[in-house]
Amino acid sequence: MAKLRGRGYASVNYPTGMNLGGDPSQALIHSTTTGTFVVSLSSVDLGQGIKTIAAQCAAETLGLPYGNIIVDTADTDTGPHCMGTFASRGTHRVGNAVIMAAAEAREVMLEVAAEELEVDAADLETDGTGFIQVRGADEKRIHITDLALAAHFEHGRTISGRGIFLKEKNEPVPETGEMDPDSCQAHACTVAVVEVDDETGVVEVLELHNAYEMGRALNPAMAAQQVEGGAWMGMSHALFEATEPYYPARDHGPRDFSEYLMPTAADIPVQRSVILERPAANGPFGAKGIGEMTANAPIPAIGNAIFDACGVRLDSMPFTPEKVLRGLDELRGLDELGDASERAHAPATGHERP
Amino acid sequence: MNHRVNPIDKSYFAGERRDGDFTVIGSVVQRSDVLGHVTGRTEFFEDLALPDMLHLKMYRSERHHARISGLDVTEALAVPGVVRVLTHADIPNNLYTPLKLIGVGPDDEPILAEDTVRYLGDPICAVIAETEAAAYEGVSRVRVDYTDLPAVFDVEEALAEGAPLVNEYQGQNHFIYEGHHCRRIRFGDVDKAFAEADHVFEWRYQSAPIEQAPAETTGCVVVPQADGRLRVHSDTQACFFTLDNTALILETPFNKLRVVGGTVGGGFGGKVDVVVEPVACVGAMLTGRPVKFVYTRYEEMQVSSPRAAERIYIKDAVMNDGRITGRKVTLYVDAGAYARHSPYGTTKAAAHLPGPYSIPNVWADCHCVFTNRTPSSAMRGFGVTIGDFALETQMDRIARELGMDPLRLRLINAYRDGDMKAHRKIAEGTALVEVIQKAAEMVGHELPDAYRRMSSTHREGR
Amino acid sequence: MGSQIVSLVVNDQRREFIARPGTSLLSALRESLGLMAAKRGCGQGTCGTCTVLVDDRPVMSCLVAVETIEGASVRTLEGVARGGELDEVQSAFVDGFATQCGFCTAGMIMSAEALLERDPDPSREDVVEAISGNVCRCTGYASIVAAILDAARRRRDAASSGGDAPAVPAGSEAADGAGVR
Repeated sequence: MAKLRGRGYASVNYPTGMNLGGDPSQALIHSTTTGTFVVSLSSVDLGQGIKTIAAQCAAETLGLPYGNIIVDTADTDTGPHCMGTFASRGTHRVGNAVIMAAAEAREVMLEVAAEELEVDAADLETDGTGFIQVRGADEKRIHITDLALAAHFEHGRTISGRGIFLKEKNEPVPETGEMDPDSCQAHACTVAVVEVDDETGVVEVLELHNAYEMGRALNPAMAAQQVEGGAWMGMSHALFEATEPYYPARDHGPRDFSEYLMPTAADIPVQRSVILERPAANGPFGAKGIGEMTANAPIPAIGNAIFDACGVRLDSMPFTPEKVLRGLDELRGLDELGDASERAHAPATGHERP
Repeated sequence: MNHRVNPIDKSYFAGERRDGDFTVIGSVVQRSDVLGHVTGRTEFFEDLALPDMLHLKMYRSERHHARISGLDVTEALAVPGVVRVLTHADIPNNLYTPLKLIGVGPDDEPILAEDTVRYLGDPICAVIAETEAAAYEGVSRVRVDYTDLPAVFDVEEALAEGAPLVNEYQGQNHFIYEGHHCRRIRFGDVDKAFAEADHVFEWRYQSAPIEQAPAETTGCVVVPQADGRLRVHSDTQACFFTLDNTALILETPFNKLRVVGGTVGGGFGGKVDVVVEPVACVGAMLTGRPVKFVYTRYEEMQVSSPRAAERIYIKDAVMNDGRITGRKVTLYVDAGAYARHSPYGTTKAAAHLPGPYSIPNVWADCHCVFTNRTPSSAMRGFGVTIGDFALETQMDRIARELGMDPLRLRLINAYRDGDMKAHRKIAEGTALVEVIQKAAEMVGHELPDAYRRMSSTHREGR
Repeated sequence: MGSQIVSLVVNDQRREFIARPGTSLLSALRESLGLMAAKRGCGQGTCGTCTVLVDDRPVMSCLVAVETIEGASVRTLEGVARGGELDEVQSAFVDGFATQCGFCTAGMIMSAEALLERDPDPSREDVVEAISGNVCRCTGYASIVAAILDAARRRRDAASSGGDAPAVPAGSEAADGAGVR
């Protein structure tokens, strides 16, 4: 009886957004009297962090500090329309809408500043700390708080903007499947290292190495959250999860977390991830959606690693100890008969076999 | 700060990055919601204290497929604290399908069962009570007589001649795509590819349903307003989608509803169906009091729509040098008893084929199949995750059969900028080659120069 | 059996309220006392989102009948920040990006508080065991384990320098991102 180690690979792409019925999201932005900008949305934060990302996109576009932005979501009475948080669309659609709204507000902001400073708006720039200043003559400047007060009480201007991103409706051609469903594609390649206990059938994932291409990581710490949590979910899907473990039979369905198994903190592998960025032409600052993709590559990588480790090819999810043991039994039977067909391929990559 | 970030390798696509001088983008800024989370002050929909709130609990089908021959709620109504029991007769427009908003039909799912239940857990009547305990007690006193009907649980059995009909509103056990029995991809000539191939490989893949399992279960609190409107506090993933669908079910003007949410304890696709708000709104309208309907963990696990089980057959035409010249995929998505979002997910699955590879001949039949099972719906990676499992397992098997390095096999076939995908969209912004090269480097997997020089932006010799 | 008055010391304050026998501590906290930090993720003791401390020990408050702990001291997440200042565990969760949706966070932090109370220098395995009853669906746990270990360091540093030492300095080993574990 032994623990057999193996390595497996998988590479995937993932569409950002999924459009069949037209896929819009809107953003409105306005300045308060004292130069705080409120971004109004109806977009939902499931924990992925759209509130933070929307604020970053607004701050960058306005040229103001992140702290000057408040995101107000999600209330259908006060926020403009959003299709919803799914299909890795949030950052892409909402980010684009916020950028468009903030760009319009920035234009007004610079116009009012030009009047206040008695210069040409085209000569103005933002310094990122809250000042609007004349390019090359930064002693001539005004703080956004003073500017917003002036806009309200002297110029009678609203510093505001409207934004929308629309992926237009597209109908698939039924005969061929010709369609334009998505906006861009993110990419991932995972290498999994597993250990299979050939006595118990238990698979332990030891290492996950991931390369992700995501256009641009708008907030690298939050990108890391998606990457880590997603890879964990992929591993969980691979090894444990099923609401109907004997599908298509409906029996033995788990009812709670003591029966629906997922890896705990004790089961997490060493995870190393590197990010590549190929900015998407239509993405907010080049960003693509990555929330969903991160779970996908680990599943086949783990399955392929199990084959590499012990010669058992698992073609049904999840990869439970029962399936591994049945596969090992079958291989042993084949061995007895002298049939060495698929097993002969098992050590092809020549990893250590204790 | 002790946060973790993944290194960004900027040597890839350096010429396209145009980094500029970002001040906020690309920087680590604190999450705007974190102080609420660590102090317990973040308000989720259920963190709402309403003194006169009622609780709604659902009585659900105990059979997979049955006629309802009798329904008796008198004992449930006699439970102290039970205020009302809702049946289908109380729902203004009882039949719906969530994608009707983008023109997908037919309406095929009752909010509350009328004369038939089609899966174990199909909602039949809703007990509304002063306390949760009374609502549960009421549910336990509901009496339903069932006459069992034959049920079908396997996707291919469901499509076979003579299979029991799961959903008479659909009329057959599959969704119809513009007159076709499935979503199809037809690109090139796969039969010719098989005839000319050095090898033909065909394997079958299967998955089981998977639960989204967010920490917070699906739910809502509906609060009647003085002006006759309803304020719906919900953990929906899509506020307007929920509002619009709910208004259609209630047959009220859209502006009678206000959905408040946006702070959700995980979704992963499990909160895009409109399954709690309509019946809770009816309860609030009929009682004039706030009504809370939150799924139990059991309901979340077994009744809320999971990621669909899929069965996938992949047949590949492969040349000795590793080029895949044809790929034929037959996909069965187990939608369960009702369509929900599955017709859309099946199309998304079709668009993803044949994976991130340039294969000149592709044929796919993607079936959205109805069975007597909990309706499936969206989950993280909708339409793609299980396909990727099958496709990437297939790639590994081909590499083994050919005795090839599995990464080189992928690089040979990787899609590049300018390639025509099977759904006839020109690929752009591709980076599969580069993530494979990077992953190989990370684990010390040697690639020959020719493979290290490959690029997504151009194909060698072109 | 009728309702009865139950008395608890909640976050250092004596609180009395009326409860039916069998009312869970979680329901009492949320519905009678208006303390909403503890969450009901399952109501069956399988998810840990309702974890609070009873007499300094972590319990799943959905499983505790409130009349059985009459007079006990209960600490919830609302009682962790002292005078509006985040404590070490909270700060480490903030800085370590150890929250996503936030629904498990209250339970995670209370499990961590209980651990650090009884063991100021826990091993990684101790941390893993301490949160073994707390389900998180978003993070994959690695950031949470790291944050709790970081919190322990911060608390030890504060104790050894009389309480006014800075937390972990910027540029500590985790910040370079290599070898995320």
